Amino acid sequence: MSEFLIIATNILLFLTLYMQVLLLFTFFEKKNVFANTGGGKQTELQRYPIVTIIVPVFNEEKTLGGTIESLLSLDYPKDKLDILVVDDGSTDNTKTVANAFKSHPQVRVFSKTNGGKHTAVNLGISRAKGEFIGCLDADSFVDKEALSRIVRCFEDSQVMAVTPAIKVHTPENILQEMQSVEYNMGIFLRKVYGSMNAIHVAPGPFSIFRKEVFDKLGGYVKAHNTEDMEFAMRMHKNHYPIANVYDSYVYTVTPKTVVALYKQRLRWVYGFLANARDYKGMIFNKEYGNLGMFTLPAAVVSIFAALFFTALALGRLLLSVTKKIMEIQAIGIPWRLEWPHFDWFFVNTSETAVVVYALSLSTLFVIFVGKKLSGESMKPHISMLYFFLFYGIIAPAWLFKAVYNVAFNKKTKWR
Amino acid sequence: MHTADWKKYFYVFLITVVIFLTAFFVSDTLSNKKIEDIQTMQNRVSIDILSSETQFALLSESSCETVGDTSLSKDLDSLGAKLSYAEVNLNSNKEDVQWLKKNYSLLEIKDYVLMKKLSERCEIKPVYILYFYSNETGACLDCQKEGIVLTELRKKYPGLRVYSFEYDLDLAALKTLESLYNVQPELPAIVIHKRVEYGWKSVEDMEKIMPELATLTGTTTETVIKK
Repeated sequence: MSEFLIIATNILLFLTLYMQVLLLFTFFEKKNVFANTGGGKQTELQRYPIVTIIVPVFNEEKTLGGTIESLLSLDYPKDKLDILVVDDGSTDNTKTVANAFKSHPQVRVFSKTNGGKHTAVNLGISRAKGEFIGCLDADSFVDKEALSRIVRCFEDSQVMAVTPAIKVHTPENILQEMQSVEYNMGIFLRKVYGSMNAIHVAPGPFSIFRKEVFDKLGGYVKAHNTEDMEFAMRMHKNHYPIANVYDSYVYTVTPKTVVALYKQRLRWVYGFLANARDYKGMIFNKEYGNLGMFTLPAAVVSIFAALFFTALALGRLLLSVTKKIMEIQAIGIPWRLEWPHFDWFFVNTSETAVVVYALSLSTLFVIFVGKKLSGESMKPHISMLYFFLFYGIIAPAWLFKAVYNVAFNKKTKWR
Repeated sequence: MHTADWKKYFYVFLITVVIFLTAFFVSDTLSNKKIEDIQTMQNRVSIDILSSETQFALLSESSCETVGDTSLSKDLDSLGAKLSYAEVNLNSNKEDVQWLKKNYSLLEIKDYVLMKKLSERCEIKPVYILYFYSNETGACLDCQKEGIVLTELRKKYPGLRVYSFEYDLDLAALKTLESLYNVQPELPAIVIHKRVEYGWKSVEDMEKIMPELATLTGTTTETVIKK
């Protein structure tokens, strides 16, 4: 490796390690705080305010019914629940499915011409009756306790929005198993960021806001098809704290195919980068505390570090392939099978490798903590293997395309 | 209200520095351990050669049958593999690796000289190759390929002795060996039957040049001893 590559590798490894250590440090530092703010122990509330949940929906006839059913099953007084289904010009039977729930007094259904998710949510906000307003994507389902646990968090008058813990709804294949590990890690991350007042995304599935937030800041905007990121940034810009309740579980249907996952993640990463560009004044701005000084820079650095390490790994792969080709050219295809024998001498023990081993161990730790926070068994699961084997291979594809699209002003699509 | 935890940032920075330095220390310790491993192997090879030399010195008082196994020390092969790995991967120990490489080359030359003496004294017909290569970037594009061929030949004919030398290694004994066979810097160069062959040779080419390889098929001893 050239001197430049060695220096760049060490700098990026140091930054990656720094970010990882800071997350773990915060986790241990605020461990007790986590236990108290996770609403699991006391879900009995002193007061049950009216909460409006908006379900924006476009061609989701298969999952919409389940989404509304889960909302109706919430452990929350029925007369305090205001469910607004906003059909954003669906072309399938979504409207029929939605209308079937009209018999429930707490469900209202609105239809409009297609204008994008943000327009559907904005319509819902304008018709909301609740003191608190949230959104639930029509491919997500809430846990019975989810709402009461979130509302309890609002007993702190400073809190302006609360994000939930998002889990994968019944993973069915390797790709979804892999995502379930990633989502569990997300629960850990969001919890840590929440304790630092540095959550930069209030995700579509079941983030709840005080109504006054919308009254003062306005509704959602298109924001590069990631309106939830933009809104969170706008809240921070106005110094509105966003909290997190790690045991307020929401289950979401995740992409089943690599192509669908690629498109979704491309939209997310592109959206993050484009919004970060729009709000660049917040990055490394101490006025925005941990968000400006850590979360946003860390997210940007992570993307570029991942791309850099992917390029390095590809370089090594290319060398191995070249060597193999050379071997075949020299002696043909090997005619006998040879079992590899282990000799510790040939284990990579370079400085870089040792740091990477340390990072992998801490990632494993985060995965286990994520499992615990998500209420799952602490036993190792095959999904963890899928995550380590495949995530690093497929994620760089959408990271690279997202960076490319932002650099060359190419738009991404919803689907 | 937004706040930045400056103190925490600083503590985390210190922890990260400590972890990073620990990683460097661990890596350095393990690299040194690897170098020690090579040194230990070299010591073993050295003792093997010394033992063979002693046996040879005693030959005047006994017959060739008592020489026993004149095989190249088994360690010499894996020593070569480990040195090659160390040369590419143990960047922080470059000087140590170079020193070990010289030592290794000397051991090879000693083994070669001993084998020659034995072959004259005991009418042994050893099958061996002297292989000269270069690791300099761009200096020898075919050297890596030839290395693969020779490794394959060693697997196919375990009795074959392959002595590999880096042509440009700064070692007087090696320079003498090169001048002995008049090896020119047109690498890869292979000395077979006292004649120098230049350029890449395939397994088939080598088998044609060295028909005696056939006598080694399936053997595990390194030399054929004429009784």
